[in-house]
Amino acid sequence: MLRNVDTPLHVRGESVFVDDLPEPDGTLHGAVCASPVAHGGLRAIHLDDARACPGVVRILTAADIPGQNEIGNIIADEPLLAECAVHYVGQPVALVVARTPEAAREAVTRVRLDIDEQPPVLDPRAAAAAGHFIAPPRRLVLGDVDATWAHCQTVLEGRVDSGGQEHLYLEMQGAMAVPDEKGHLRVYSSTQGPTAVQRTVARVLGLGMHAVQVEVRRLGGGFGGKEDQATAWAVLAALGACLLRRPVKVVLRRGEDMRMTGKRHPYSSDYRIGLDGAGKILAFEATYYQNAGAAADLSTAVLERTLFHSTNSYHIPNVRVTGMSCRTNLPPFTAFRGFGGPQGMFVIESAIARAADACGLPAWELQRRNLLEADSVFPYGMRVYDPRARRCFEEALARYHWEDWQREAAAFNAANRRFKRGLSAMPVCFGISFTNTMLNQAGALVHVYTDGSVGVSTAAVEMGQGVNTKILRVVARTLGIPDARVSIDSTDTRRVANTSPTAASAAADLNGMAAQLACQAVLERLRGVAAALLGAAGRLAIHDGRVQVDGRATDLTWEQLVAAAYMRRTNLSAQAYFATPDIHYDKTTEQGEPFRYHVFGTALTQVTVDGLRGTYTLDAVRMVHDAGASLDVLIDRGQAEGALLQGIAWVTLEDLLFDAKGRLMSNSLTNYKVPDLHFAPREVDVAFLEEAGNPRAVLQSKAIGEPPLMYGIGTYFAILSALRALRPGRPGVYDAPLTPEKVLRFLYA
Amino acid sequence: MLQFLFNDARRDEDLPAGMVVLDYVRRVGRCPGTKEGCREGDCGACTVLLGEPNGARFRYQAMTSCLMPIGDLHGRHLVTIEGLNGPGLNAIQQAIVDQGATQCGFCTPGFVVSLTGFLLGEAPLTEVEALAAIEGNICRCTGYVSIVRAVRDMLAALRDKVPATGDRLPALMALGVVPPYFAEALTRLGPVTPLPPAPPGAVIVGGGSDLLVQQAEALAGQPLRLLSHEPNLRGLRERDGDLYIGAMSSTEDLLRSDLARAFIPDLEPTLRLVSSQLVRRRASVGGNIVNASPIGDLTIMLLALGAELGLRLGEEFRTLPLARFFLGYKQRDLRPGEWIEWVRLPAARRSYCFHFEKVSRRRYLDIASVNTALSVQLVDGVMRDATLAAGGVGPIPMVIPAAAGALRGQPVSAAAAQACAAAACAAVRPISDVRGSADYKRLLLRQLIYAHFVELFPEACPVEALC
Ligand SMILES: Cc1cc2nc3c(=O)[nH]c(=O)nc-3n(C[C@H](O)[C@H](O)[C@H](O)COP(=O)(O)OP(=O)(O)OC[C@H]3O[C@@H](n4cnc5c(N)ncnc54)[C@H](O)[C@@H]3O)c2cc1C
Ligand code: FES
Ligand code: FES
Repeated sequence: MLRNVDTPLHVRGESVFVDDLPEPDGTLHGAVCASPVAHGGLRAIHLDDARACPGVVRILTAADIPGQNEIGNIIADEPLLAECAVHYVGQPVALVVARTPEAAREAVTRVRLDIDEQPPVLDPRAAAAAGHFIAPPRRLVLGDVDATWAHCQTVLEGRVDSGGQEHLYLEMQGAMAVPDEKGHLRVYSSTQGPTAVQRTVARVLGLGMHAVQVEVRRLGGGFGGKEDQATAWAVLAALGACLLRRPVKVVLRRGEDMRMTGKRHPYSSDYRIGLDGAGKILAFEATYYQNAGAAADLSTAVLERTLFHSTNSYHIPNVRVTGMSCRTNLPPFTAFRGFGGPQGMFVIESAIARAADACGLPAWELQRRNLLEADSVFPYGMRVYDPRARRCFEEALARYHWEDWQREAAAFNAANRRFKRGLSAMPVCFGISFTNTMLNQAGALVHVYTDGSVGVSTAAVEMGQGVNTKILRVVARTLGIPDARVSIDSTDTRRVANTSPTAASAAADLNGMAAQLACQAVLERLRGVAAALLGAAGRLAIHDGRVQVDGRATDLTWEQLVAAAYMRRTNLSAQAYFATPDIHYDKTTEQGEPFRYHVFGTALTQVTVDGLRGTYTLDAVRMVHDAGASLDVLIDRGQAEGALLQGIAWVTLEDLLFDAKGRLMSNSLTNYKVPDLHFAPREVDVAFLEEAGNPRAVLQSKAIGEPPLMYGIGTYFAILSALRALRPGRPGVYDAPLTPEKVLRFLYA
Repeated sequence: MLQFLFNDARRDEDLPAGMVVLDYVRRVGRCPGTKEGCREGDCGACTVLLGEPNGARFRYQAMTSCLMPIGDLHGRHLVTIEGLNGPGLNAIQQAIVDQGATQCGFCTPGFVVSLTGFLLGEAPLTEVEALAAIEGNICRCTGYVSIVRAVRDMLAALRDKVPATGDRLPALMALGVVPPYFAEALTRLGPVTPLPPAPPGAVIVGGGSDLLVQQAEALAGQPLRLLSHEPNLRGLRERDGDLYIGAMSSTEDLLRSDLARAFIPDLEPTLRLVSSQLVRRRASVGGNIVNASPIGDLTIMLLALGAELGLRLGEEFRTLPLARFFLGYKQRDLRPGEWIEWVRLPAARRSYCFHFEKVSRRRYLDIASVNTALSVQLVDGVMRDATLAAGGVGPIPMVIPAAAGALRGQPVSAAAAQACAAAACAAVRPISDVRGSADYKRLLLRQLIYAHFVELFPEACPVEALC
């Protein structure tokens, strides 16, 4: 097993994050003044008191912006700094630039905003009723649901709600911008999307993109929260640096970060499901009201992925799903690991839980009867490629002795009045590729230096997911040299341009491929040199740093070959580009093949609920997951374990709360709880599906960042099953997160 | 002038005593390995070791540096991850690397420092204790599974090489877990001039775990009276059967105290529900009381135990039942400059049965939605006397006499528990907030009172009758 190349630095505290960079002399610090009101007209900004504060250098408002006051990425609907209206609490209005962060923050408290307050809209259904949409609704149709209901033996309708989720990347948002003698800017940003930052800085400052260099070394966690939401802070720093001709740093504090940035979208949904007498789902219909917040951000793309995952791992012949991105007066909700997929899956799983009840079957049996078949077609018109849903499901049941679990849980429940066990199975099928086909491209730049060491740059941003290690592995394997000869450099828009964000679980797929192509280009030239040097006509390869002819090692080492190639004036660098082949999607017909492939898996979960206190403990989660031919088992297991706990917490612990005025109540780590060590399941087993090579991705691997998050949904249903053992016959609740409060209310209210 | 050892070098700093250690370390000390994740004790990314002179060497404990004023460093040894690194990876670091127990790496230095503190401390080298040492460290990436594996690896690698009890420093130095300069840390610190006494009107700072969260900026410019430099306020002692808890004793001191454990048998698991080990080492008993949070855990326990306060203002000394200390929301019977010297638990309570219940969103390191403690004197199956305290259900930590009244003279039974809960629920006025709705808190109080009885008297109050 290869270890994550960054980890020796991490454990020594030597890994550098944006806030750790040495500050150039004269660096100034920015603090953001944000709207305290969720909705209203911004009549005036009074800055005199703030300007008089010691240490304040300048206060910037929309009027100071030299270019366009616009940071919207997909849809241009988001100003960097509010002009005449505010749309959510936490919307940036001004940037105070001062000599120290404390001075800047102190001055922020002295800025007075004159806002005529209007009632906010916070609920997506209310927004929809009032016609406040980010974009027109979307609808996918498969078969004919209307004609099917009559043939169903069971038809059920219901409502499902799921809450938002704070990313809580441990490193806060931040950036530092440093101007050069031409007035060009070098921006160090904690972003998943360096090109988005570059493009937006250029737009806001009225510069060409070539005047803006964005560099990212690593992030202290991103999870989607630094995809579009990292941009504002980098642009603010750049604005300050550009106008003041001095380095400016903007690093949010936790409370600011929680208040000002978007999170996972809350959803409210209605569904209808119809089944035949054998427990086969014949039809499924759903309407998703997505709470998009005050600006588009990535909401439309997130909604699209919800629709694409509305049927999760199931073969359903008749489907009609409608999604609406509803504009509300909350911070712009954004990407979060799973990107709308979890919200969609939670609805179908809720429908199945209820349907199982109505059919008198256990939910896992109903799930099993409806898993994807070899010829299944998704509601977006794509036929499933190499489905492994059933393989994973059956293997999970067998490997982990599902029957024993059930027997033991039943015996435990029969013997206990206060504590009850609950079990669930959670199959997952997740499509890989950006649903926006255009984004499925990547670049890489490989330099082989004359000593044989190799430097690699790609568009991928390292944020703990191990993408650099995976790319390093691809490069070392492709070139046939030891890992130690390869270094993966920072992500820099001057080395690799026009990049897609590191998102959609696709960074290793896309950038690994690009790096492989670049290596192959260099290798091709080196083979020519080797053939000349060895005078050999056989098949040339490099292995373990040595040239082989027809599989036999020669005396020619990698280093000698590289040195000789240089002397012969060979180009030892290559830039390469990769675009995922064969994917396409037509939004007018809502048909196409948006995904290159799918990731499959199943998790089994057991919890214990305390019927007296209304609390629960997570006993075990055991999964069989399809990682293709894993590029690195240690990294992939870590991704599965980490994503799982985030998913569990989304449906149980993490309760994003706003008050009636749209102010975030869960605004600190004291009020918003993410899992600690004791909360995590006592046992987690991750087994990777064997013989699972995937010809559609680099070195037969599969993407892993997001899919395992959705195993966490199983915990919701395991708790629900324990609750129903405590109160047989009581209708279930389908309103995540299932907090101790909701549990106790279910039991006693 | 503050004099202390910062990693391997002595520092003499003329800085405000209220400056936060985290800021000192990162900005003055230029040691960016210590991370800022929250500035409120809730993430552990900022964990450092604080060594206090103890005989011929320092005694080290891991703590969150965001809750620590630099005044507390005077005469002590501050160690950050930079001060622990050796030429290669030590056993803790190696285990984390081998198990992939770090992903983004932002939390990782905190984990390494916490685990180092664990190894340097007195707790037995068990998995339970090792995990307790990192319970205050939040990791958003790994899901903790790999971290648990790494802890096991670390223990396995060290178990035979490090003494199970006693001073582990020499062995850990020999193994390179801590660098060699630790051997001469006291010498490197050298002579230290005692701090001048705090001027009148100085803000009293206990562990700072409330003050620094609520008003760190304001504190920086003010004169402070740092109780951490007043050893007479710390520690537990017994006199005539009464237990005296020095106000500056930390929650962790209490948890580890044999005297306290003898007084309250299941004290340890109970106190483990209070914040995290990293914070418990700072959080003082006096601070918990004076903070007057309506849901302070220690306060609720002490109320149910009939605690009394010893209060001092210069030469003036008075005692006051804790139950009379709270006058209204964050209002207390405390004169300017007056301080709590000790908390006394009366000997009579030794014979009482005691139980504490707390439910929060997250079981550990979280503030309660509702907490409650009950102490009952049982004579021949009849409840002679009782005190019930509850938090999160009113503006102050409350004693509810009506609830106790429903028990007095009654035999232990489910019916008595129900009467007690009904009386308590009728007496409280919870409000809806981020920790739950008013209805929920009332319901939860009832359930937790039932839980008192089910846990204390499983035979007389079988769960079937109350669930
Ligand atoms: C992350 C975190 C988690 C927490 N979790 C919990 C929890 O689970 N349960 C819980 O109950 N609390 C919790 N707390 C609150 C806090 O830790 C406790 O209230 C703690 O006991 C306060 O003690 P301190 O010494 O740190 O107080 P300080 O912050 O030093 O002081 C608090 C107040 O008391 C005054 N004061 C301190 N000592 C004295 C004295 N001897 N005489 C007079 N005045 C004094 C100070 O002037 C100040 O006004 C938590 C805090 C944090 C940061
Ligand atoms: S910064 Fe989070 S505990 Fe100190
Ligand atoms: S590794 Fe990212 S927070 Fe722990």
